[in-house]
Amino acid sequence: MAFIWTVAWRLMREGRFQTVLILAGVTIGVAVVVYITAIVNGLQGNIIDKTLSTQAHIVLKPREDVNRRLLSLPEGEVMSAVETRTQRENTIENWAGSLAAVRTLPEVEAAAVMASGPGFALKGGVKKSVVLMGVELEDYLKIVALESKLKAGRLRLDAGSVMIGSELARELGLKPGDRLRLVAATGTADSFLVTAVLDFGLKDLSRRWVLLPLRGAQSLLGYRRDVSEIYIKTFDLFQANTIADVASARTGLDADSWQETNTQLVTALRSQSASSNMIKVFVTLAVALGIASVLVVSVVQKQREIGILRAMGTPASRIRAVFLLQGAIYGLVGSLGGSALGALLAKGFTRLALNSDGTPLFPVVVTPSLFIITAVIATLAGVLAAWAPARRAAMLDPVEAIRG
Amino acid sequence: MAEVLQLKDIRRSYGGGRAPLVEVLHGINLALVEGEFSALTGPSGSGKSTLLNIMGLLEQPSSGELLIAGETAVGLSDAARTRLRNLYLGFIFQFHHLLPAFSALENVMMPVFAGKGRVGPDDKARAAMLLERVGLAEHSYKMPVQLSGGQQQRVAIVRALMARPRLVLADEPTGNLDTQTAADAFALMREINREDGVTFLLVTHDARLADTCDRQIRLVDGILLR
Repeated sequence: MAFIWTVAWRLMREGRFQTVLILAGVTIGVAVVVYITAIVNGLQGNIIDKTLSTQAHIVLKPREDVNRRLLSLPEGEVMSAVETRTQRENTIENWAGSLAAVRTLPEVEAAAVMASGPGFALKGGVKKSVVLMGVELEDYLKIVALESKLKAGRLRLDAGSVMIGSELARELGLKPGDRLRLVAATGTADSFLVTAVLDFGLKDLSRRWVLLPLRGAQSLLGYRRDVSEIYIKTFDLFQANTIADVASARTGLDADSWQETNTQLVTALRSQSASSNMIKVFVTLAVALGIASVLVVSVVQKQREIGILRAMGTPASRIRAVFLLQGAIYGLVGSLGGSALGALLAKGFTRLALNSDGTPLFPVVVTPSLFIITAVIATLAGVLAAWAPARRAAMLDPVEAIRG
Repeated sequence: MAEVLQLKDIRRSYGGGRAPLVEVLHGINLALVEGEFSALTGPSGSGKSTLLNIMGLLEQPSSGELLIAGETAVGLSDAARTRLRNLYLGFIFQFHHLLPAFSALENVMMPVFAGKGRVGPDDKARAAMLLERVGLAEHSYKMPVQLSGGQQQRVAIVRALMARPRLVLADEPTGNLDTQTAADAFALMREINREDGVTFLLVTHDARLADTCDRQIRLVDGILLR
């Protein structure tokens, strides 16, 4: 081992101009990869965070009603049209069992029930269409973090109180402590005390969402003790699709994961990842080719020395190892420098790309695992790039190499 | 007297296929005995270099037998020939060919370093002793470019001795030096031969030097003259 390290190091030191150039090349290449990864991860994490801040990862709903076919068709004939039926206002009756079953799943972080339905908010003769959402606040907070959305008042849902969105509050001129009247589509009405005004991040949600105690919503909407949905938060949100299937099988309810509800977003994120991966692959390729070309030149330049070493009895495998090691060193050392530079650039980006209030547009994500993975890939790329030159060096005929 | 190297009916042809087949060595029979100091002479194109390369296990003969220290060395893999080279042979080249990235001391240690993959304190002590013997102790840590031509060739000579070879092959070892330096280098090899009993084979053009050797082997047109 000592021989391989010493000879590799001396060759690199002897050709220090080449060494410095290729290290700079690898550093810049790795920096680009680290920078793009940090920015894209940060951006995507931020978008997902914002999107899911008001959504459950999985929503369980009653099975949809489907028309059963009563006639069996003769061979070769098709039914040209099947009317889809209007969905009844369907609720989950024995939800306690389903909720308990979902909560026992190891992938599930939290679950909460919701009784929601259409209704109106009335104040001073003005009538606004809203969504009445009955929740057990303590459970619901584990799914949707409302703390950061609170604009005024306190997060409380005692009997007879509601929390409303900021747009609704503005349109009806409401503030915490005021009263408003809620009317369900069934015509049942009641008066409620506003305890909090919330900004849900999207104007439409802030205009329509009205959070009230579960019991209050159930009696307004005429659900008896039923609920309309079970909200689930998973530990790994990218597993939501598969967990949704499991939850559906366990409870006999329909399950929608956030990916299904946000297909466009998921597609956009996927294509963004694909294009940034493309860039990373080509940068890695360019870096590997750079290392390979430097080593090819080095083998030609050092062929006399290689020939002497071979004549003296250096095994071909040891010569090969010398050049493979050089490739690995270029990859590893370059990736360390590149990781540092890339992280610095990414941090710099958060200082330049600011919201109007001076906070960063989104946080960049620089994790130790990113550095480790980058270092491993760069080192492997270096070794692979060194493969052909190393083989060439090992196969040099000592006689011809010495003759030059 | 033990034979260090034995060549039996060694032939070497080049070409074949589309190119015409040319035989350069036409059945060489030769034995080098332990402690001998021989000169291999001959006009250019006589096949000296080819013969030296075959003796040095750097090139394979087309046919014939080659024994080195009693071990057969024909038809072996590259790895096996490399091992035999490292074990039994020392090389001195015309253009001394020190490795420029290594100090004098490191260059001397190189045959052991290359063969074993590492060097110990004993190896370092031996290399220092060898350098001291040729009066280069204070130049041990200099790089080759900092040494004169004669000093470089002395380093190259002791480098060939480092791994205690049975046979040292020297290709025009003094060809690149001025007369005085050449004479000094030659005297040094002669002295090592006498004192340590190391077998030497020198390829040389210099008839005067060749005359002072124990034995002259003359190669003309691929045939040894007796």
